[in-house]
Amino acid sequence: METITLDNKTTKNKTSKRVSGSDALILSLIAENVKTIFGYPGGAIMPVYDKLMDYEDQIHHILTRHEQGAIHAAQGFARVSGEVGVCLATSGPGATNLITGIADAFMDSTPLVCFTGQVYSHLLGTDAFQETDVVGVSMPVTKWNFQVTSAEEIAPAVAKAFYIARSGRPGPVLIDITKDAMFAEVDFCYEKCTNIRSYIPVPETKDVRIQQAVELIDNAKRPLALVGQGVVLSGAEQELKEFVEKTGIPVASTLLGLSALPNNHELYTGMLGMHGNAAPNIKTNEADLIIALGMRFDDRVTGKVSAYAPNAKKIHFEIDKSEVHKIIKVDVTILGDVKDTLARVTKLVSPNAHVVWRNSFKFIDDQETSRVIQKELNPETGQISMGEVLRHLNEITEGEAVIVTDVGQHQMVASRYYKFKNKRSFITSGGLGTMGYGLPAAMGAQIAAPHRKVVSISGDGGFQMTMQELGTIAFNKVPVKMIVLNNDYLGMVRQWQELFFDKRYSSTSITSPDFVKLAASYGIDGQKVTDRKDLHAAIQKMMDSTEPFILEVAVEAKGNVYPMIPTGSAVNEIVFGDE
Amino acid sequence: MIEEFTITVFSENSIGILNRITINFTKRKLNIDSLTVSESAIKGVYKFTIVVKCALATVENLVKQLDKQIEIIRTFFLRENEVLHQEMAMYKIETSTFLESNQVEGIIRKHNARILEVTKEYTAIEKTGHKHETQELFEELKPFGVLQFVRSGRVAITRLKKELLSEYLEKLEKREMSEEN
Repeated sequence: METITLDNKTTKNKTSKRVSGSDALILSLIAENVKTIFGYPGGAIMPVYDKLMDYEDQIHHILTRHEQGAIHAAQGFARVSGEVGVCLATSGPGATNLITGIADAFMDSTPLVCFTGQVYSHLLGTDAFQETDVVGVSMPVTKWNFQVTSAEEIAPAVAKAFYIARSGRPGPVLIDITKDAMFAEVDFCYEKCTNIRSYIPVPETKDVRIQQAVELIDNAKRPLALVGQGVVLSGAEQELKEFVEKTGIPVASTLLGLSALPNNHELYTGMLGMHGNAAPNIKTNEADLIIALGMRFDDRVTGKVSAYAPNAKKIHFEIDKSEVHKIIKVDVTILGDVKDTLARVTKLVSPNAHVVWRNSFKFIDDQETSRVIQKELNPETGQISMGEVLRHLNEITEGEAVIVTDVGQHQMVASRYYKFKNKRSFITSGGLGTMGYGLPAAMGAQIAAPHRKVVSISGDGGFQMTMQELGTIAFNKVPVKMIVLNNDYLGMVRQWQELFFDKRYSSTSITSPDFVKLAASYGIDGQKVTDRKDLHAAIQKMMDSTEPFILEVAVEAKGNVYPMIPTGSAVNEIVFGDE
Repeated sequence: MIEEFTITVFSENSIGILNRITINFTKRKLNIDSLTVSESAIKGVYKFTIVVKCALATVENLVKQLDKQIEIIRTFFLRENEVLHQEMAMYKIETSTFLESNQVEGIIRKHNARILEVTKEYTAIEKTGHKHETQELFEELKPFGVLQFVRSGRVAITRLKKELLSEYLEKLEKREMSEEN
C-alpha cells in the first residue's frame, strides 16, 4: 500500500488542528506562501471553492473565463515572478482543459502546481459524471502527479508538489483530489518537504569538470556563450554578466533566455535560432568553443544537427542530466546549478577580451541591418510592418516593459526587436508553441508584477484562441496592455505556405471581429491604427493608460519574418529573404 | 545498429509508476519485448526488468529520461554479455499422452525440465532457461499436443559482484544523513 508520506523528508513546525480536507488544502497553500491562484469552479472542486470564501483575505482567487486561461495565467505569473504558479479546476473537462498549459509548462520548465477536483473515491473507475483519469492523461506532461483520496494525504501531497515543482529543473505538478477527501476531517499539520529519496534535484558538480572547462575557455580563440532559460530559472543573471565581462566572450541567447543579459550589453550579439540574428547563428559554426548555459539545443536553435558547430569544443552547463548529449554530444559537462557552477568557473578563468573575434560579428550585423532590419523597422511606404510597431514600443517604453507574446510571426518580431533592459522581461511559449498563450499569460504576469508595465503582443489568430480572458482582465481591472498585430492571416503558417508549399494558402486567411469594439463590450478602452502616422501616439496613449488597453494595428498582410534558417539547413545557411 | 538491451529500473512502490515508465517507450515508438516486475532485495524498492531492441543512443537517452522520473530511484541498461538472465516457461500436456508415448520423458530429461504436477487429465512441466531453450522444448512437445504454454518475462542479474543499486542507496542514505546533520 503506497502512502504519500513514504519517502518524504520534512521539516516539522506546526501543531495540528482539526479541519476539513478543503481547509487543509487552502492552509497548505498559505503555508507555501501562495497569495494568488487562478481557477474555475465545478462540481468536484466545489468543497474547496466553498472554503475559499473563508480565506479571501489571505488567498486571492482569480476567476478566469476558461481553465486554459487559468493555467496560462499561472504560467505568466510564475515566469515573471520566479514563484510557483497555482491553478484550480474541476474534474473531467475542467481538468482536461488544463492539459495544453501543463504540456507547455513541461516543455518550458515552468514551476506550476495544479489542483483538480475528482469524483468521490468510491466512484473512481465507474465512468461517473465528469470523471476523467487526469492522473493518467497528464502523466506524460507533468514532472510529478498524484491522486489524493483521503484528507490525511492533502498536506504531504501539497508539500511534495511545491518542492518538486520549484526544485531542480522546475516543472508542472498536478494533484488530483477526490471530493470525499475534501469533505473528510483531518488533523492539519503542515510540514514542508525538503528531500525525496528517489529525487536528486541538483546533480553533483565534479571539480575536474570545472577545471576542464576553465582550460577550454582559457585556450579558446573564438568562444561563444549560449544563454538559455536555465540562467533565468536559476537567477544567474549577475553570474552571467560577471563571467562574460571577465572573459570578453560574446553572448547569444535562445528565445527563452532573452532578457537574461540586457540587449544593450556590449557582449550581447543577439538571438539564436530559426528567426534569430544572423551573426550569432553564423558564428556558431565558426566558433572554436561553445559554452551552453542552461539551454537544451532545441531543434529550432541547432538547425541541421550534423552541421552544428562543427569546429567547436562544447561545454554544457546543465541541471538536468537527461539533456546532456541528447541532441549534441559535448566535450565537457558541468552538472549542477548554473548560478553556482558559472561563478566557480568565473573565479578560475583568465581575463580576456577577444577583440578581433567580437569585431568579426559586426560585418554580419551590418548585413542584417541593411538587408532586413532597416526595412522592417523603418518602412516608408506600404502598410505598417510588425517591426515598426516594436520600434515605437521600444522608443516609448525604453526597454522597461515585460513583453508577453503569443506564437507566430509577431512572436519572432517581438523577440528580435524588443530591447530588453531588465531580467524576467520576456514571456513566451517556446517549446510547445501554444497559440492562445499570450493574453492570459500577460494577465497572470501583470497580476504577479503590478508595478511593471506588461505588454501582451498577439496576432489576430492567437488572440482569438483565448480572447475570452478579456472578461477576466476587465473584471479584475488588470492594467495589461494588449497589442494585436492584425494581418488577417495566420501569418507564420502563411509564410511557410509561401516558401515551402507553392503559395497554396490553405486555411490561413482568417477573419476577425473588430477587436476594439469587442474590448469595448467588456468596458476595455482601445484604439485601432491603420495609418502609420497615428502609430506612435496610439502606443504612447496606451502606455500612459493606467487601465487595460487594447491596440489593434492593421499590419502588412503578407509580410515575412527574416532572416530564416530553413528547416534542414545548417545555422550558417541563414537567409535574408532578398537573395 | 539495433541491439538488445536489458534495462533495470529501481523504483519506489507508487501507483502509476509503470505507466510513467512505459510512456517513455511509447513516445519513441519503442516496443517492450519483455517486462518483469517484483519487489527487489531492498524492501519497498521495486525492480523492473525490461528487454528492448533499439540503438545505443536511444537506450542512453531513454534511461536518462527514466531516471529523471521522481519516483524512480535508479535506472541502468546492460548489454547482452553483461547480464545473466533466465525466463521460466510452463507447459501442460495430457497425462494419457505422457503415459502412452515413450518419448516425452526423454524430451523432459534432455531439456532439464521438471514435472510440477500430475493429475488424471494433465501433466504440468516447468523449464527455466533462455527464450530459445524454452521455445525448443515447446516445439518438441507440440506433436504430442500442448494444452497450455506460458512464458514469463526476463529476470536478470548483472555479472558484477554486487547489485548496482546497493552502493547507490548507501550513498543516498549518507546524503540524507549529512543533510540532517
